[in-house]
Amino acid sequence: MPSSDTMSEVPTPEDPQGAPMDKTAADGALPHGSTPGIRFEKVVKRFGDNIVLRELNFTVAPGERVTLIGPSGSGKTTILRLLMTLEKLDDGVIWIGDRPLWHMPRGDGLAPANEKHLHEMRKQVGMVFQQFNLFPNMNVLRNLIEGPVRVLGLSKDEAVERARELLDMVGLVDKIDAHPTQLSGGQQQRVAIARALAMQPKVLLLDEVTSALDPELVVGVQDLLRDIARASDLTLLCVTHEMHFAKDISDRVLMFDKGQIVEEGPPEQIFGEPTEQRTRDFLQAILAT
Amino acid sequence: MSEIINSPLLWKGAVVTLQLTLYSAVLALILAFFFGLLGSSRHGWARAIGRFYVEFFRGLPALVLMFWFFYSLPLVGIRFETMVAGVLALGLNYGAYGAEVVRGSINAVPTAQYEATVALNMLPRQRMWRVLLPQAVPLMLPPFGNLLIELLKATAIVSLITISDLMFRAQQLRASTGKGTEVFLVVLVMYFVMAQILQLLIRYLERRSERILGRRPRRRAATAIAGTTGTGSLSGVGGEGS
Amino acid sequence: MTWDWSYAGDLVGPLLGGLRLTIAATALGYVLALALGLVWAILRRSPNVVLNQAVRWVIEFIRSTPLLVQLVFLFYALPTTGIQFSAFWTGVIGLGVHYSTYISEVYRAGIENVPRGQWEACTALNLPRSRVWFAVVLPQAIRKVIPTLGNYLIALFKDSPLLLVITVPEVMRVAYTEGGKSGFLEPFTVTAALFVIVSVLSSILIRRLEGRYAII
Repeated sequence: MPSSDTMSEVPTPEDPQGAPMDKTAADGALPHGSTPGIRFEKVVKRFGDNIVLRELNFTVAPGERVTLIGPSGSGKTTILRLLMTLEKLDDGVIWIGDRPLWHMPRGDGLAPANEKHLHEMRKQVGMVFQQFNLFPNMNVLRNLIEGPVRVLGLSKDEAVERARELLDMVGLVDKIDAHPTQLSGGQQQRVAIARALAMQPKVLLLDEVTSALDPELVVGVQDLLRDIARASDLTLLCVTHEMHFAKDISDRVLMFDKGQIVEEGPPEQIFGEPTEQRTRDFLQAILAT
Repeated sequence: MSEIINSPLLWKGAVVTLQLTLYSAVLALILAFFFGLLGSSRHGWARAIGRFYVEFFRGLPALVLMFWFFYSLPLVGIRFETMVAGVLALGLNYGAYGAEVVRGSINAVPTAQYEATVALNMLPRQRMWRVLLPQAVPLMLPPFGNLLIELLKATAIVSLITISDLMFRAQQLRASTGKGTEVFLVVLVMYFVMAQILQLLIRYLERRSERILGRRPRRRAATAIAGTTGTGSLSGVGGEGS
Repeated sequence: MTWDWSYAGDLVGPLLGGLRLTIAATALGYVLALALGLVWAILRRSPNVVLNQAVRWVIEFIRSTPLLVQLVFLFYALPTTGIQFSAFWTGVIGLGVHYSTYISEVYRAGIENVPRGQWEACTALNLPRSRVWFAVVLPQAIRKVIPTLGNYLIALFKDSPLLLVITVPEVMRVAYTEGGKSGFLEPFTVTAALFVIVSVLSSILIRRLEGRYAII
């Protein structure tokens, strides 16, 4: 049953690791401001007969950076896709801040959200995809200003200026007029990161952002994301198979298996001394590859 | 032979054929986008309307439709000029094929592109007009090109309701010269030349549009079987979609 | 004038008679198209450039000119060869030859989709040319294009009313003759209904086929 509790009950992470992190490197292009937390409450997601998430509960504190790990099919990506409203919720409630993502208050209870509510809620969330998903019919600049101008209602000059700042941050100002197909995978992903940030999200979702990249391009993108994570107060949810990256970027790691959390804790603990057998097996399998 | 080739009848007829092709193509294009967009709508009722239009007018031969407009409807008080009956029948028929091309092409745009528009919080209208449609149009061009050639060929039926197109003039010329074989051979060549000219035009447009997406031009072999007279085989644009 | 149900009812018999001829012409024309299409497709793969290009342009010519004109052309041209064809067989030849050009393109796409390794395996096994085509390549190629071939059957069916111009008493000509006697409203409306029904039913069938066979 959906509860009408609010995010005021969201606990702080067990081990805040001295967060918020050093903000001296803060870039003007990065979003700042009050950051919401996230809470999953008995969330169920099925694909046909296949139950991907079974009554999942977990909380992410405002500004917390969480990495989701686990074998494929364990439901990690589904969590991100639910938060981005790319998949529909089957049961339970997802809270972003003190508002339910997939529901609208009606009377004492909650009713399914309409497109207007989803549009409102999506303003807080941004996502970077595994396959970049840049628009091939637009050049880099238009990819970056399309959302800010059409959705956020920025003036074109403003949007272009912000796009330049963001491109400067990701090191691709010289590619401003280029076409996505003329860029390497790493460059495309940098543009995609800039595009997500241009929408000024408070929550950023990273869905295996380096797994489609050639090995030599992975580190650059990871370094960029680590800098962004340190310099902003975004709430970050990250699905990755790169354990070094997970260690670098996150305050807390959640280990998933079969739609449920098997183990959670700070990265040092999960990667250093995991207590659960399934976590040990998984980490071993990852290292073996 | 020279009396056939020099006859002004055929040249006049060819002009009428091209006019008919143009008018019908414009009507078909409008109908194709209207019903194709309905067919790829999120709303079930809109898709049902699109579906009905396509199934009905694709299933009905243009000839039957044209005869019905021309011979049957006047009996219930609806009267068309011959030209209108011809253009309407051809436009409705080819609009249905075109609507399937529009729908199939929109469905052929990768889902990931749609997901990116959601992640950027675009409104449904913006998703369609700013991202999906601009990427779908280049996919539509090769099958549209095939349809245009098919349409040019199909216009020959209007001769049966006394519109003086190329085929009609050919019949006149045969009647006056008595040389059926020669007249129709010349007429076939004339249609062939018109089709080849259209073909060149289409190729040019295709190449331009491929450049918009930064892709290399595709080979014709892949699109040749787009089955423009077939009932909507859209193999050229990545299958029927759903 | 208003719709006359009893007149419409009386028409169903003769129209179904015409439809039988329509279906016969469609079936025979389609068989011819399937066979001739295969000939074109195999000739198009010939290493002989002259033959290859000649076939290519013949196909292109037939494909980009109206079937109606071709039918009338055949109607006048065939008798000059000394062989007398009835109007019906002239129509079958016209439909078959016209659609063979589309079908050869379908075969061609199917053949091009057969992986290169299959050809190489045939060479490695030293199979004779005829076995390569009829035992290895074509069975794989055709299976994948069956739905597309089905679509062309429907298309051919819908073009069959054109036979009325060469006096074949198929359904449309029957409707025209009947209409001349007592008004065109009912004959053409019933004919239109027949076409829509047959086309919709057959496209449902094709969709079933698409479910069963992979689409290329």
